[in-house]
Amino acid sequence: MNIVVLVKQVPDSGADRNLRADDNTVDRGSANNVINEMDEYAIEEALNIRDAHGGEVTILTMGPDRATESIRKALSMGPDKAVHVVDDALHGSCAVATSKVLAAALGQLNADLVICGAESTDGRVQVLPHMIAERLGVAALTGARKLTVDGSALTVERQTEEGYEVVTASTPAVVSVWDTINEPRYPSFKGIMAAKKKPVQTLSLADLGVAPTEVGFDGATSTVLEHTKRPPRSGGTKVTDEGDGGVKLVEFLATEKFV
Amino acid sequence: MSEVLVVVEATREFGVKKVTLEMLTLARELGTPSAVVLGGAGAAEALSAKLGEYGAAKIYAAEGEEIDGYLVAPKATVLADLVKRVQPAAVLLASSQEGKEIAARLAVKLDNGILTDVVALEADGTATQVAFAGSTIVKSKVTKGLPLVTVRANSLTPAPAPATPAVEQLTVTVGDADKLAKVVERVAEQKGTRPELTEASVVVSGGRGVGNADNFKLVEELADLLGGAVGASRAAVDSGYYPHQFQVGQTGKTVSPQLYVALGISGAIQHRAGMQTSKTIVAVNKDSEAPIFELADYGVVGDLNKVVPQAAEEIRKRR
Repeated sequence: MNIVVLVKQVPDSGADRNLRADDNTVDRGSANNVINEMDEYAIEEALNIRDAHGGEVTILTMGPDRATESIRKALSMGPDKAVHVVDDALHGSCAVATSKVLAAALGQLNADLVICGAESTDGRVQVLPHMIAERLGVAALTGARKLTVDGSALTVERQTEEGYEVVTASTPAVVSVWDTINEPRYPSFKGIMAAKKKPVQTLSLADLGVAPTEVGFDGATSTVLEHTKRPPRSGGTKVTDEGDGGVKLVEFLATEKFV
Repeated sequence: MSEVLVVVEATREFGVKKVTLEMLTLARELGTPSAVVLGGAGAAEALSAKLGEYGAAKIYAAEGEEIDGYLVAPKATVLADLVKRVQPAAVLLASSQEGKEIAARLAVKLDNGILTDVVALEADGTATQVAFAGSTIVKSKVTKGLPLVTVRANSLTPAPAPATPAVEQLTVTVGDADKLAKVVERVAEQKGTRPELTEASVVVSGGRGVGNADNFKLVEELADLLGGAVGASRAAVDSGYYPHQFQVGQTGKTVSPQLYVALGISGAIQHRAGMQTSKTIVAVNKDSEAPIFELADYGVVGDLNKVVPQAAEEIRKRR
């Protein structure tokens, strides 16, 4: 099975994250940039399917030059190769344009199965899997906590507010996964060394037949007008329980009219 | 005034979700709200009274197996047809997984911009979004097409404005391309009568400090006394204390209730990301240095096994 995993490089969600003052895009320059955490689960799932059913796993990333670091990190987990869509004109692209570029790249990769994280930790927008599926005319099985592959038949358990849904489709398809689906492996030393030699193909917009005016700020379908940092919360009253902590807690809740 | 389409989110058990009422309230500021029900047979009938109570002047209904039996795609197709026909001033959906997914497909079909996690929307289409786990406030605008936004639950207080909606059944023409992902089963898991996590006005969450799965009954008891939902930190979920669908945090649900009670939760960034826009935060933790106290309006340093039962008893006493 030919599997493509979408990997996004994001600013580390464990540190302070900002939008840039000059063009309102995510500030990657000052951030510690890492693989979107949810994508590691997507990679793990792809590797498990490859190991059980044979085939090949390709990492697909759209991002600036420095995303190469995340691509090597992804490859060190065990995928076979990577494709990096990189083009200066992509800076400032909205989700709609991003889906256009990724769909164009996927069109060249002939994937049976596209796996991605259910959301990225920076945007948390959750729209890409369905946008890509809509463009490619393939099934989207999103929010999976379990994926079963039987030949070309796919079955997922999709996490919902009430419980879960069992959803089926045939390949080709896009599947997005939550972090409940597996436990991603840590790259081994051997894996890290091997990753340095794995092929990484770069594709430009011209290679994909997408016009620069369709992406970036020119092609954006939405714009950020302004952004401000919310003032950090400050702690209020802190008391140490001296046998009456529960009563004091309720007294506070009562003054706030919660009880 | 022009129409504003509000895509209804509802559950089988509890009917129209609160976020839908928030969207109807918001839509009235922008134009005349029309509710769009996309669901199984008879869905609109069951929801129409509530939708009317909150100002839906009209209800568009697309119902049946063709809509309900497949994942998202048929709903987006029906909605795209409706948008092209009525040319609304805006389209509002819930910022839930499904709401975002329907909006995603609609955006591609119409080549239209999309804004998610919106907490306010002005008549000129300027939206307010929260980004980076609530640490950044963003004002943004769709620049191509109509304002297509997904609205975050607990963004505003729903206000009734009774109307008597006429129901228009939409003709459903869904092609094979929209029937690729078939829903073969829907399974409800434990939930009981508690409000839904993302919509609850009170959330009581437990962390690793709760100690074990059995002890989560303390969290549940306090939640029930406060009429709230139960949440859990990632550490508690990873330890198997509580199911994943109740996880609050960077990976998990984002909640913004009036009151958030954190029990035995240290307050790692992972968790704060999902709850720090809550209005009032209360914490109980035995570690006085726990970062959760930096957020808490009221914190008790102590053993939750003692503090929580005492608090529960005190609430009962006050009734």
